[in-house]
Amino acid sequence: MSKLIDAALGIHPKALALGARRLEVLAANMANADTPGYKARDIDFRSALREATAARLERTHDRHLAGRAAAAEELKYRVPNQPALDGNTVDAELEQTAFAEAAVRYQASLDFLAARIDGLRKALRGE
Amino acid sequence: MSLFRIFDIAGSALSAQSTRLNTVASNIANAEVASSSAEGVYRLRQPVFAALLRGERGAAQDPLPGVQVLGIVESQRPPRVEHLPGHPLADENGYVYFPAISTVEEMANMISAARSYQNNVEVASTVKQLMLRTLQLGQR
Repeated sequence: MSKLIDAALGIHPKALALGARRLEVLAANMANADTPGYKARDIDFRSALREATAARLERTHDRHLAGRAAAAEELKYRVPNQPALDGNTVDAELEQTAFAEAAVRYQASLDFLAARIDGLRKALRGE
Repeated sequence: MSLFRIFDIAGSALSAQSTRLNTVASNIANAEVASSSAEGVYRLRQPVFAALLRGERGAAQDPLPGVQVLGIVESQRPPRVEHLPGHPLADENGYVYFPAISTVEEMANMISAARSYQNNVEVASTVKQLMLRTLQLGQR
């Protein structure tokens, strides 16, 4: 049953979790806009989502190889446009726009999920 | 829900920036305070920020840092000396010592701190809206 619901919800729960993670990374960037030596980071959303949804070998025994399970949310350093003298590479305007974009994407995922849940509910009621 | 951590991160930034605003206010308020000796003069204060790494997520996962104020340092810039023999605080040679504070520098510093503060308030309020919407998911 739960597999059926998972299939019905599709990619959106994973996109939502990844979107929340990305918001967190961008918030950390903005919080450290004035911290000397801080390097701005970001998640490559497309490849991270592809990895999160890709079929993965499951470990059913302790001696199985772990694989690259943690790679899904790999953080990458941003290439700075104009690095500051104190070693900080946060570009506040860039982070602001990225944060706004990530927030909109998160809301989109929420709306998709709500629609799927609504559909499931209708199907259960048999209306 | 990992969105909760954003409140910690943005909150630490708000606290750090308000410390910075406090030091700026103190610097501007004391910019014209005279002293009769070079040692007794007010010195420019500035906070030192550092990334605050939390250990709870473990070393394997990349922790996302908030901000902490490591401390407040006093500037070692020599004081401004003026020859004002009539001043009540003048020393025996008629010199009065003033802090080496540039009000213009401090105003620029204040604007930068205020903008960073606003940015983080915006982050916290956006995340709050998103969380409330997430909580309403599936309620109909």
